[in-house]
Amino acid sequence: MRRTLFDRKIGKGITRPPGNLEIYSDAGFRAFSIFCAWSIILLILFILWMIGKQAVPAMEKYGFGFLTGTTWDVNKQQFAVLPEIWGTLYSSILALIGGGTLGIAIAIFLTENFIHDRLAQAFRITVELLAAIPSVVYGLWGIYVLIPLLRPVAHWLHEHFSWIPFFQTELSGPGLAPAAVVLAVMILPTVAAISVDAFRQIPAKVKEATYGMGTTRAEAIFKVLLPTASSGLLAALVLGFGRALGETMALAMLIGNSNQISLSWFSPANTLASLMASSFPEAGGIEVQALMFAALVLLLITFLVNLGGLYIQQVTMRKFEGVK
Amino acid sequence: MKDLKTPKQLRKEGWKELNLKREPFEIRSLSNTTFTGVTWTLALLAAVPLFSIIFMLLKNGGARLFGPEFFSVLTELPPAGFEMGGGIGPAIVGTLVMVAIASTIAIPMGILTAVSIKMLGSDSKLARAAHFTAKVLTGFPSILAGVFVYAVLVISFGYSALAGGVALAVLMLPTIIIATEEALGQVPKRMTDAAFGMGCTRTQVMWKIILPTALPGIMTGVMLAVAGAAGESAPLLFTALFSNYYLSQMNEPTASLSVLIYNFSGMPFDNQIELAWTASLVLVIIVLIFNIFARVISRKKT
Repeated sequence: MRRTLFDRKIGKGITRPPGNLEIYSDAGFRAFSIFCAWSIILLILFILWMIGKQAVPAMEKYGFGFLTGTTWDVNKQQFAVLPEIWGTLYSSILALIGGGTLGIAIAIFLTENFIHDRLAQAFRITVELLAAIPSVVYGLWGIYVLIPLLRPVAHWLHEHFSWIPFFQTELSGPGLAPAAVVLAVMILPTVAAISVDAFRQIPAKVKEATYGMGTTRAEAIFKVLLPTASSGLLAALVLGFGRALGETMALAMLIGNSNQISLSWFSPANTLASLMASSFPEAGGIEVQALMFAALVLLLITFLVNLGGLYIQQVTMRKFEGVK
Repeated sequence: MKDLKTPKQLRKEGWKELNLKREPFEIRSLSNTTFTGVTWTLALLAAVPLFSIIFMLLKNGGARLFGPEFFSVLTELPPAGFEMGGGIGPAIVGTLVMVAIASTIAIPMGILTAVSIKMLGSDSKLARAAHFTAKVLTGFPSILAGVFVYAVLVISFGYSALAGGVALAVLMLPTIIIATEEALGQVPKRMTDAAFGMGCTRTQVMWKIILPTALPGIMTGVMLAVAGAAGESAPLLFTALFSNYYLSQMNEPTASLSVLIYNFSGMPFDNQIELAWTASLVLVIIVLIFNIFARVISRKKT
């Protein structure tokens, strides 16, 4: 009698080759997988297409001037978003300077033996909880806690240093400064998390070699660890910047929604996202289409920034692949 | 061995001993101490906002929530203009309903998509493209999900709880996909190898080995996504709008906690502002419950 290794009768116990039904269901599920994977790609294209379609009338009407003009006037039906683009970038850059410094400092604090592991764990959860607090709650906190706190500081700075363009106006309530502070707190967890990864990716032997030379901790961090982790930290900053660009509610509540281009930290400004949030509920007709155009501009900016961040992250990962 | 000279002999020959000790007041030590101090300050500074927010929430919102008004605040309708009292009942129901709708759509779809990407393997161009798309989507501003659903649903069917739920689902989907993929990737290779060796098909390995093993990790990701969706407000402004009444039908404008906070925060009435704080406290409690769940589950795994 001819027997194969995988004879069904023998292998009845634990192992046996897949039966026909199993092979077909496997093929079927694989086909379904391909469908699922396509669906997420189609979703992003569908999002682009739907927003684009709504924006077409405004695009035809305002064209490139939409990006360079400075008025947003419903009555005159004039729409342009240069002040919003400026406000979006300016507030995000300010937030990045604050949130980036704090985020990287936290990453160093958590990874370079500053505190006991257990405490570091607790501290990490605290920082992660910052990311869990809803945007509107930050907005509310900003209005009733942060702005009253910043006002005397802003007043003093304006009084004594009004020749510096950043302090040329008075903080009369909402403005760029409170918005940027809240934004900095909001992007801090993102920057910290990705930076911690960047520091953890540094091979242990690099650290051992550094401390073995007799460096102090500060020297080790500034001369070896920071340069080694630099590309990962850059990715953290770029992705944090991407988050800041799209943040909506807290800014809509804090930035003052005023369409002006100013270097001053204390004057009200506007961002693309908060323009949408504040004008959309009452908008109609051509204004909706103009807002869709603005959404498309925001989409494009965040897409490019995120693409850059992900690319740097990818390159960083490859850099350390062979070393470990 | 006898060739080696003792330190005494070396010193006699004119060698000087190197001082390897670091003095506490030399420049290098001082700069190191300064650096340590600065890092500590910055790290502690970063924790200040969290504690300040929690303190203010308890102080301004806690009076209503933890007082005799407990039930009326949680169930009554929001007050009009100069009215006193009132509550946030419709908003709580609206938030929970919309998050539930979003979860029913996004959780199965997200997990299936992640499983699919894993099934196709990292060699497949399609899988890599899908993974990349999900990554890009996680970075998108949440308001764009609202704009998208506005264009797809609201223009033709009007503001509704359903549209709000779909918008939240669009937001949750990429988060769930990325978290699930990560959890699936952490299943040890020897487990899948053993299963393949016993004659399992890829589908069986996926459903019977990888998915059950990765389940706690997946649940953690899902919980965090749900928590994030509960706190979102920008997309709801475009899709669910707001309402002062309890949700009775799925195709009506619907209240949510986050939009209530946004609306009330700008009002000139103390009563409304106090309610905004109370609503914030309730919202943060809901979000934290999901976060704690996520942590408990992920701790069980390890």
